[in-house]
Amino acid sequence: MAVSRTLEPPKVRVGPGEWVRKNLLSPWYNALLTVIGLWILYEVGRGLAVWALTQARWDVITDNIRLFLVGQFPPGQIWRVWLSLLFSSLLFGLGGGLWGGTIRQFACALGVAFFLLALLPASWATRGWLIGNLAAILLGYGTGVWGQGNPQRSRPLRYATIGGWLLLFPVLVMLLSGFSGTQVLPRVEAGLWGGLLLTFLLSLVSIVLSFPLGVLLALGRRSALPAVRLFSVLYIELIRGVPLVTVLFMADIMLPLFLPEGLRIDRVVRAMAGFTLFSAAYVAENVRGGLQAIPEGQIEAARALGLNGFQTTFLIVLPQALRLVIPANVGQFISLFKDTSLVAIMGLLELLGIGKAVLANPAYMGLQREVYLFVALIYGVFSYAMSYASRRLEIALGVGER
Amino acid sequence: MRRVPFITLCLSLIFVLLLSACRSPAQETPAQGSPQSPPAQKELLDAILQRGKIICGVNGGLPGFSYLDKNTGQFTGFDADYCRVLAAALFNDPNAVEFRPLSAAERSVALQTGEIDVLIRNTTWTSSRDATWGDFAPTTFYDGQGMMVRAASGATNLEDLKGATICVQSGTTTELNLADQMRARDITFTPLVFEDIDATYAAYEEGRCDAVTSDRSQLAARRSVFKNPDEHIIMDVVLSKEPLGPVVPHGSPRWFDVVKWAVFATIQAEEFGITSKNIDQFMTTDNPEIRRFLGLEGDLGQQLGLSNDFVVRIIRHVGNYGEIYDRSLTPLGLTPRGVNDLWTRGGLLYSPPFR
Repeated sequence: MAVSRTLEPPKVRVGPGEWVRKNLLSPWYNALLTVIGLWILYEVGRGLAVWALTQARWDVITDNIRLFLVGQFPPGQIWRVWLSLLFSSLLFGLGGGLWGGTIRQFACALGVAFFLLALLPASWATRGWLIGNLAAILLGYGTGVWGQGNPQRSRPLRYATIGGWLLLFPVLVMLLSGFSGTQVLPRVEAGLWGGLLLTFLLSLVSIVLSFPLGVLLALGRRSALPAVRLFSVLYIELIRGVPLVTVLFMADIMLPLFLPEGLRIDRVVRAMAGFTLFSAAYVAENVRGGLQAIPEGQIEAARALGLNGFQTTFLIVLPQALRLVIPANVGQFISLFKDTSLVAIMGLLELLGIGKAVLANPAYMGLQREVYLFVALIYGVFSYAMSYASRRLEIALGVGER
Repeated sequence: MRRVPFITLCLSLIFVLLLSACRSPAQETPAQGSPQSPPAQKELLDAILQRGKIICGVNGGLPGFSYLDKNTGQFTGFDADYCRVLAAALFNDPNAVEFRPLSAAERSVALQTGEIDVLIRNTTWTSSRDATWGDFAPTTFYDGQGMMVRAASGATNLEDLKGATICVQSGTTTELNLADQMRARDITFTPLVFEDIDATYAAYEEGRCDAVTSDRSQLAARRSVFKNPDEHIIMDVVLSKEPLGPVVPHGSPRWFDVVKWAVFATIQAEEFGITSKNIDQFMTTDNPEIRRFLGLEGDLGQQLGLSNDFVVRIIRHVGNYGEIYDRSLTPLGLTPRGVNDLWTRGGLLYSPPFR
């Protein structure tokens, strides 16, 4: 027994002083580089801080904050955006309470963000909604924790939460676009969606729709049926052979030429379709990489167990393949999120487009730095959140360890 | 054995799909091939009246002409106001407009595909565009390429810029016009070319070039946000003519007439001195010309397919030309109005008579 015991790797503890000396100051040229690097960081940081605190005119952001967040969404209907946010806050809270882990961290971060935003000077209605969102997270979290311990309670709660996440997307779209002719939910044309809201919706729709489409295309490319395979290969190579801007221009300008007269598809929907079709091709290639990494033995074993082709694919191959390609796919989705800024060339007013339209206001001319820094900050925060979530997901699923 | 029929099925399916794909353009060809034939085309005016709102293509990001207002979240500016003029004339509601921000590359296609009813997006009226894009309504703003220099330099005409460094944005007609004009006058100069419009003006303000050239409206707008606007003058030279106005698609003569006369109405109203503030005093006037203009007599509006009081609606909701100009362009520093003044004051704005 004693022989087979594995020894723990020796723990090396380094004090902060030792760490600095070892990593930053030795040998002499590293010390020099450290000093130069610190000096550059200090100069840049000081310049930025002085500019941001004394010279920058942040009123361009605070005055137009509604435009940046929801664009031209009718002010009287803003509650619909808030309500959508409330719904997702509740789901985050529930998920955090039931499962803990990453989703709890996100719920916490969201709650802290709502709390801090509520401290900023804003109208009481806005503050009320922010506090409401915070309350929704707490309520969801409390319910989740309450249900977690007891399997009889936790099971329906888990199903309800997963169902809520699945329903989130259609509910969101219905709530935001409304129905024509009704009093309570009057129709809000998609052309009026803008700012961060439009950026979110564009990326959400494209990510949600392009993923299954990409998986299907990847399976199609490896299919034994020549027609299906040919179609998938043609589609993937065609889409990957053209730049995204071209696809968007096609969707925006060329598509109306082919549609019968009188039939008009909203340009936001056209942009979503363009992004979805484009992203699907890349997702397909990512997933195909995962499929090819699954050893043939797995499939043979599945066959030997008597599983049919459908079961083999969806129970054995795909779950393993998709787990393998999480990093690649999240990378694709992050770049898709940032690529939504390309719709500004279509004249859609997403985050960047709103920035340009605001800068054209004579009152705010010449404030590009403030506006673009703010926009970059928003993109940075959300892209980082996505990559963080993917890293946690990889750890949870043991990618690269099993 | 079992797979062969399936492949045949798939192949035949593809074949059928290809056939149908080939057919649909063939069906469209008669309509597309003869865009000039009026009977085949539906008059846009009827479609707009049925829809209940105008779809107006704008720039969406041009200071003074169309931008998002921070309070209302609506498009505001000179071009946006002319969209509202049309909506007021047709529907007595200046907000019956759907604004469609367009990039420079998209605008002509948007006109041809019927995405928009009218394009009011700082579009220069040229013969080739008139032939291919659509019908150009009267010019609402006479722009032109100008030159800005420091007042201290003492330069007053292009000859004074011999050997100077001139900042210009690359890839625009502005760059070509500059080269053409200077070569015609045999003046040597050093162009300093920038891709980005902000970089162009930043370089000029830093003193990296002696002059900067662009459209005069843009020069004035940019000068207004300089640290010391008074130190810079826009020279009294015009390097190119840039008349900007609304464009409507070819093949809808009645809609074209409506756009034309709605624009003329704003100009004529200023000539009569009728503003949105004092229009009620004019409703009781005895002047037959004004009574006809305001639709108190005659049926000028109905002849155009509008209501007789369409001029009153325009003035009440949006205002006359001078009011629109003062609201959006005067704050940019585009004063005095110069060629954009009434013909009676030495400008180019001239409305044909309403009778």
